[in-house]
Amino acid sequence: MIALTVNGKAVQVNASPDTPLLWVLRDNLNLTGTKFGCGIAQCGACTVHIDGTATRSCIIPVSSVVGKKITTIEAVGASKVGKTVQQAWIELDVPQCGYCQSGQIMSATALLAKNSTPTDADIDAGMSGNICRCGTYNRIRAAIHRAAGTKGA
Amino acid sequence: MGNILETEIDESRRTFLKVSAIAGGGLAIGVFLPAVSRFAEAAAPKQPFAPNAWIRIGTDNVVTVIVDKSEMGQGVYTSLPMLVAEELDADWSMLRIEPAPAAPEYKHPWFGVQATGGSTSVRAMWQPLRQAGATARAMLIAAAAANWKVDAAGLKTDNGMVIGPNGKKATYGQLAAKAATLPVPKDVKLKDAKEFKFIGKATRRLDTPSKINGTAKFGMDAKLPGLLTAVVARSPVVGGKMVSFNADKAMAIKGVKKVLPLKSPTSEGVAVLAENFWAAKQGRDALDIQWDDGAKATLSTAGMREAMMELVRTGNDPVSARKDGDVAAVKPAKTVEAVYEVPYLVHAPMEPMNCTALVKPDGVEIWVGTQAQGPDQAIAAQVAGVKPEQVKINTLLLGGGFGRRFAPDFLVEAVQLSKAAKAPVKVVYTREDDTRGYYYRPMAVCKMTGGLDEKGNPLSLTARTACDSIAEGSGMEGDLMKDRLDTLSVEGLSNLPYAVPNVLVEWMKYSPGVRTWFWRSVGNSQNYFFAESFIDEMAHAAGKDPLEFRRALLAKNPRHKGVLELAAEKAGWGTPPPAGRARGIAVAESFGSYIAEVAEVSIEDGKPRVHRVVVAADVGLTVNPDTIAAQMESAIVFGLSAALYGKITFKDGQVEQSNFNDYPVLRMNEMPKIDVHIVQSGEAPGGVGEPGTPPIAPAVANALFALTGKRYRSLPIVV
Repeated sequence: MIALTVNGKAVQVNASPDTPLLWVLRDNLNLTGTKFGCGIAQCGACTVHIDGTATRSCIIPVSSVVGKKITTIEAVGASKVGKTVQQAWIELDVPQCGYCQSGQIMSATALLAKNSTPTDADIDAGMSGNICRCGTYNRIRAAIHRAAGTKGA
Repeated sequence: MGNILETEIDESRRTFLKVSAIAGGGLAIGVFLPAVSRFAEAAAPKQPFAPNAWIRIGTDNVVTVIVDKSEMGQGVYTSLPMLVAEELDADWSMLRIEPAPAAPEYKHPWFGVQATGGSTSVRAMWQPLRQAGATARAMLIAAAAANWKVDAAGLKTDNGMVIGPNGKKATYGQLAAKAATLPVPKDVKLKDAKEFKFIGKATRRLDTPSKINGTAKFGMDAKLPGLLTAVVARSPVVGGKMVSFNADKAMAIKGVKKVLPLKSPTSEGVAVLAENFWAAKQGRDALDIQWDDGAKATLSTAGMREAMMELVRTGNDPVSARKDGDVAAVKPAKTVEAVYEVPYLVHAPMEPMNCTALVKPDGVEIWVGTQAQGPDQAIAAQVAGVKPEQVKINTLLLGGGFGRRFAPDFLVEAVQLSKAAKAPVKVVYTREDDTRGYYYRPMAVCKMTGGLDEKGNPLSLTARTACDSIAEGSGMEGDLMKDRLDTLSVEGLSNLPYAVPNVLVEWMKYSPGVRTWFWRSVGNSQNYFFAESFIDEMAHAAGKDPLEFRRALLAKNPRHKGVLELAAEKAGWGTPPPAGRARGIAVAESFGSYIAEVAEVSIEDGKPRVHRVVVAADVGLTVNPDTIAAQMESAIVFGLSAALYGKITFKDGQVEQSNFNDYPVLRMNEMPKIDVHIVQSGEAPGGVGEPGTPPIAPAVANALFALTGKRYRSLPIVV
């Protein structure tokens, strides 16, 4: 058994240590909001926060996150920044198919947590690891700016 | 659904209405759409009054709209309910949606089978859903009139309530039980466009809240007790056969439960079934398989290209798609000739293909993100050996479709494996499996020849395209083939809108054995690249501005001309672009909509950079303008990824690409600014999901010509 801290809760999972965190979240813990897109850290659909840092869970062995704080899309709204980002996403109707949006929101929240007023170049740098095949990039950018504008208000 | 009070109306009408009382005393209204296609008549018997409904109104005032179309990002879970809400005068806050089951009532009125595709959802359901809403409203009014003993003609509706004299009010929920006992009106009047409250107003998507917190359920998220996850090793070579396999190493992996051979009409290989995905994938990767590569082991893109070049230059027996005048008799002052080419493409939706199936002796239950519930039901029944009505399909959200989820391969595998394993099975494709899944937009080569007179007026245009057929083998040949012609292979060429007196469009079928499939905008995706690039070449040869050249030839096509002029005006056509940039323009009609795009490009670090795209869209009457703008952006990004990066190539019979590292797509840092201008139109609604894709590749290629003086006739563009 492996002991983890996921979304503020201590959990025990029965998984081999090399299993990527993504599949532990999805298959062992039933946290299916974190998505499988590529399996090689190219698309960002699996993004979670490890101690607040946006991380591709599809290539991180579960054994490497023992003792760290893991946050997924299911709980990102518990933080003020995460809640603000989700609200901006709703106000601008960002998602289309929605499959990549968990990862987009996790990346955007991590970006805003470190940089409360990102420029377009900062957004390019922080968000270009997240692919959206529906092409919602301009709305994502606008939503990040909106969240930045209202954050802390 | 409870006891049914059936009332049949005039059978000669295209739409049948049915009313039924539902458990709990609500009202349900169904509209049955008789099949109109030949395919449909063969596929399923007519069952005009099966107990299904489009609308349910509960005593709790909740209005549930049953949506027969799959939500893959295009917004049907909002736009279709808007049609119902409009005529019903519903309280939007009380509106819910429910995905339709697979059932004859939900057959697509044009396709004749239940499915989502061809940018048809609003176009096909525009009238029937409004009629369903208006009928429900009339019955709620009649119920209030009976309760209050007043004339129905004096009653109004607003925001989920019937309003009577002296401030009398009743909610729809209060009236639903009574309404369900009343006769169905034969003729209900639909609103005039000027009375619309929902249609044409930007409306928040109903599915957004679930898509920002991880609660939205996609096919991939299906869970069942005892579920096994299957990852399949499929032949690495096109059409290869599995000869034998050794499962020892796979079975040694913790969590692996079964290793099963897989032979289906769509794929062949070995499946590893495990307690979870990771074990199944590890097991799959550990399999030792002997393959018979078969006849396609030497297939290569270079070889296919050579064969197609030969076909467009000297091939015999072309299939004629359009013939105006006689191109051979024209004696032009100037001749323009160019050969264009595009590669195979994969759809690469964010959610890899997957399907969950549970086969039991008395039926099959399926959980899947699919575009094709009707065909799926029939195929699953065949594979499992049950009747179609014994197959229950639960449609979950689609993590992108783009045509790929019209295909049955993942469903066939899940049903077959569940049957063999006697357990619920979820088949999951890895991204690599998805990329190598052999449902591709065809590779195509097109030779274009144009003749101009001494003043630069076009006299003739010949297009000869070589590509594989999509229609053949798709199950929709009846609708898509015209004699020997696959109409998809020439769409975007055969409907050339320009006034050219002599036109010849020909198709050379080329079938190297690679399965081809519908890809967002289908034949239009390559053919408008050919046509709109070539018109630009003719304009240049004529010494004319690309916009003016097109405008002069579109006098009889005002909708093409209208969007072209609007896009040009909004893009500042004719004014100097920012330093180092140039503009290109293209216009395309597809799926009943007219889209012009102006792309502003530069070259940065040896790569094309698209800075801005101005879109003018005439999609007829607009339902949700915000969705239309989103779909234009989406279609452009999709087309731009293909124009700049997309290619599936073959070497030694195998696909060379595997994942987003070698099949790149557009990312945030490459995203152009996109300005969408929607034409106010009184025309019937056109398609919205696909028509934005075709113009972008030629607009970019034409802009690069304006920038560099060099033509880019091959996609993806390499500068």
